[in-house]
Amino acid sequence: MNQENRLKDPYYKSLTRKMLFIVIAVSFAPLIMVSGIILNRFSVSYNEKLNAHLGELVLKHKQNIDGFLLEKLNTIRFMAKSFTVEDLNNENFLRNNLAALQTEYGSVFEDLGVINEKGIQVTYAGPFKLENASYSDAEWFRKAINSDYFISDVFLGLRGIPHFIITVRQKSNGKPWILRATISFVAFNSLVENLRIGKTGFAFILNNKGEFQSKPSFEVVHGKSYSFYESIKTGRKTKDGIFFSEMADDSGKEILYVASLIKNGDWILIYQQDKSDAFSDLTHAKQIALLIILTGGMVIIVTAFLLSKRMVARIAQADGEKDLMNQQVIETGKLASLGELAAGIAHEINNPVAIMVEEAGWVRDLMEDEQFSSKENKDEFERALAQIKTQGKRCREITRKLLSFARKTDTCIEDVRINEVINDVISFCAQRAKYSNVIIKSKLQENLPVIRLSNTEIQQVLLNLMNNALDSLEKRGGNITLTSWLEGDEVVISVADNGPGIPRANLARIFDPFFTTKPVGKGTGLGLSICYGIVKKMGGEIDVRSVVDAGTTFYLRLPSRRND
Amino acid sequence: MSDNKHNIQPDLIRLLFVDDEKDFVEVIAKRLSKKGFGVTKAFSGPEALQAMRKADFDVVILDLKMEEMDGIEILKILGKMAPGLPVIMLTGHGSEASAREGAKCGAMEYLTKPCDFEELVGKIKQVLKR
Repeated sequence: MNQENRLKDPYYKSLTRKMLFIVIAVSFAPLIMVSGIILNRFSVSYNEKLNAHLGELVLKHKQNIDGFLLEKLNTIRFMAKSFTVEDLNNENFLRNNLAALQTEYGSVFEDLGVINEKGIQVTYAGPFKLENASYSDAEWFRKAINSDYFISDVFLGLRGIPHFIITVRQKSNGKPWILRATISFVAFNSLVENLRIGKTGFAFILNNKGEFQSKPSFEVVHGKSYSFYESIKTGRKTKDGIFFSEMADDSGKEILYVASLIKNGDWILIYQQDKSDAFSDLTHAKQIALLIILTGGMVIIVTAFLLSKRMVARIAQADGEKDLMNQQVIETGKLASLGELAAGIAHEINNPVAIMVEEAGWVRDLMEDEQFSSKENKDEFERALAQIKTQGKRCREITRKLLSFARKTDTCIEDVRINEVINDVISFCAQRAKYSNVIIKSKLQENLPVIRLSNTEIQQVLLNLMNNALDSLEKRGGNITLTSWLEGDEVVISVADNGPGIPRANLARIFDPFFTTKPVGKGTGLGLSICYGIVKKMGGEIDVRSVVDAGTTFYLRLPSRRND
Repeated sequence: MSDNKHNIQPDLIRLLFVDDEKDFVEVIAKRLSKKGFGVTKAFSGPEALQAMRKADFDVVILDLKMEEMDGIEILKILGKMAPGLPVIMLTGHGSEASAREGAKCGAMEYLTKPCDFEELVGKIKQVLKR
């Protein structure tokens, strides 16, 4: 089975799938686990840090706003305590004080006014015409006249512009009066307005009825409602009094709220931001991680695919080589069995042949004592008896060669006359050569020194080379020439054919195990590699020269004197 | 009919031929007798040893592989019974290994079966000369 067909076998396809699955699973598991754990820890940490940061921010702004209000209240209280109502009722005096306040605090203080117990503003310093304005029906007046100090919610009032007031109550001759200061909404709003983070983060202030006390930078999705106010207050509360909650709008968009009570709980400072905006960095990090995981995953899958295919191809190749080796072993075993059978047959045939030849000899001996009347008959007897003797010798030769070939492979080292081995091999191959129209010639130098090696092994090598030469000449016939000669201390044997030759590209690999140019099933590709091993073991060298369309010659160099 | 080439009188040469192949022994014995040799036939190891006890021989021709008793075994016993007695091994294997084995145990020559009769006669005369 060639490699391509072998890989189509369901076993190897299944093996490829299993290998692919295992490699992917083993590679992905730690990747996903580690990535998951790191991302999870990062998310948790980011969440905590973000909440801490926003909480700190809101707390800082709460403190700013409360500080602002307290500072302005204390300023008015100081004025109310420091000056008499008569001083304050002097419009110029009041105007000068307003100017002083505006010099100190900028446009925070819009105006000042003194209001009597009836709610009439008896003195006014400011940009509006509010002298003698009556606030007796205003809710803020009712609260202010009954408290030592009062800070109102934002309202429009008589001026029709959003503002809020700070009042301080004093008594003069048993009658209460109020010093009132109007705080600029713009100035106050700027404290809240500058709390901006990201694209959607902003802050605003609601009173405890859910009414805006500042102008929000964007639309507040949940509107101004008491229920919203209450929802915010039911959120998670920290020990610093910061409220955390999340609500989804109608489209499902999650919004983060961080809030804190200010002005002694009358107002609430709320910071709002889209959750996606707040966590944009985390989301971005997750996207990058996901991209890396996906890219890495693709690389893992492609690598696993290529790796498993290659590994299974190598396994299939190794299996193929193993099969060839097994085939070779089986063939060798078969050959050995055949050899044993041949040896048994040869041995058994020897005796009957010996008897036949001796009986013919006995007849010949008896004929010496006889007088033959016909010379022709006598000659014919002698011819026939001679023929029996000749054929007996022939049988002997055949059985001798069979036995020689069938001798078990042993590495019995002995003195070998190489020309005898060459002649034996030529005899073995004679029949096949005849049918393939191949002429075998030999040019053997006489009196070559003996070589100490295994007769069986050198015979195996020469037989292999001869068979290869015969294979190459099978289709068209040709010549094979075996030559032996002495070069220094080496006996050299060459086996040359005039066949198609071996292409240069194959020459370098000719002794490689499993390399064969024969069709599948015709050769295992092990013959020459075994020869190479045997010759090397003998301390010799084997080499090949070949020219395409001219022929191939194998050279064996064997040391003639060898000490084992 | 006797061969006087080498001044040896064959009718005085006593041969013990040991082989379990009966037909082969019979025909060889007839041929050798005609040549003037005195031939005693033995078809097994025990028969050969029995013959040795009864008479003296000049040469023993011994088959290597026999069923009842191996040729090598007989060779060793012959070596003790009659040291120096020339033995020619006859073997159907034709291997140098078996020849070496026989030579170690005292065989002087060996021939492979089927052997040339003239060669056998030549070997007999050769061993007697030594």
